[in-house]
Amino acid sequence: MDIIEKIIAKNGLLFAFLLVGIVMFLSSIVAKKVFRNKIPGVAIAIFTGLFLATFGGKKGLSDIPLFSGLALLGGSMLRDFTVVATAMGADLNKIKQAGLAGIVALLAGIFVTFFMGVAIAYTMGYTDAVSLTTIGAGACTYIVGPVTGSAIGASSDVIAISIAAGVIKTIFVTIVTPLIAPSIQLDNPHSAVVFGGLIGTTSGVAAGLAATDPKLVPYGALTATFYTGLGCLLCPSVLYFFLKAVV
Amino acid sequence: MTIYGVALLAFCFLIGKLVGSLLGVLLGVNGDVGGVGFAMVLLMSLNLYLKDKEWMKGESKQGILFWSKMYLPVIVAMAATQNVNAAMSGGSIAIIVGILATAVCFLLVPIIAKIGKN
Repeated sequence: MDIIEKIIAKNGLLFAFLLVGIVMFLSSIVAKKVFRNKIPGVAIAIFTGLFLATFGGKKGLSDIPLFSGLALLGGSMLRDFTVVATAMGADLNKIKQAGLAGIVALLAGIFVTFFMGVAIAYTMGYTDAVSLTTIGAGACTYIVGPVTGSAIGASSDVIAISIAAGVIKTIFVTIVTPLIAPSIQLDNPHSAVVFGGLIGTTSGVAAGLAATDPKLVPYGALTATFYTGLGCLLCPSVLYFFLKAVV
Repeated sequence: MTIYGVALLAFCFLIGKLVGSLLGVLLGVNGDVGGVGFAMVLLMSLNLYLKDKEWMKGESKQGILFWSKMYLPVIVAMAATQNVNAAMSGGSIAIIVGILATAVCFLLVPIIAKIGKN
């Protein structure tokens, strides 16, 4: 056993390849035999991943030394690298055509999400501009929340709520996107560009579109990649000043 | 050569990140604004240009296509490394905010998608 553990510890990334391969293989069988391909295998694999993450801590399953290679395979470097690679299958003309809609979606996504978050926080008893802004920012993504919170001096428990809200959003988008896609006409590049801008969480958009239709991934990722940066720009400045003036 | 394709992909990735980070500095945001997006547009443009010159073919292209197919397993690994427990223990406000605010945006997709269509 000792030798096996040593080999795995030294070759974490390769062990992660094996693990993910097994999960995806089993998921495709479950998708075929149990769900008769009504739910895509990828969606089941992603859901399995989320479930496995509950056995770990802050970094999910990769907190357990045996599975630490997952952190590298699923980390932001390889995620962004592979997402960029999907651009090979994207059509530049379709993106140009959706450009304006994408920009509108980005702004609408941040404003609507922020004010929804603020409104919910307000009805649940938060009344100060700092807490409201931080929770509203957390509704955008789990990066915008803490960045905004620390910039305007929010308390650590409010920052924790903002991170949790952002992570819930990512998980929710991952699970719900393939289910709701047909009813919101998310089946073409144009809608995927809009979807990426409105939702914004790169991880959620990438995973949700992957489970819906992998061909749509580059279009959604393209706009989603601007969301977090734009959120970090708008939330602690314009949106915070606005709330401070109103509250 | 396969590595030419991988190297080109890495080049686009790094340039995109650089542009995104510079934009971040310019806007006063500590981080990367649209780095992946810039990298994607650069890769698409280079792909079109190199295709015309017939430089982008065979093994070089395979070097990029391999990584674009590795995208799904990376997403599965990413799901397994999320802080799911913290998300669930963030209390009801985190859950309500995360779900309701997002659901409204889902509903906006078909409305905003009308812009620029035909």
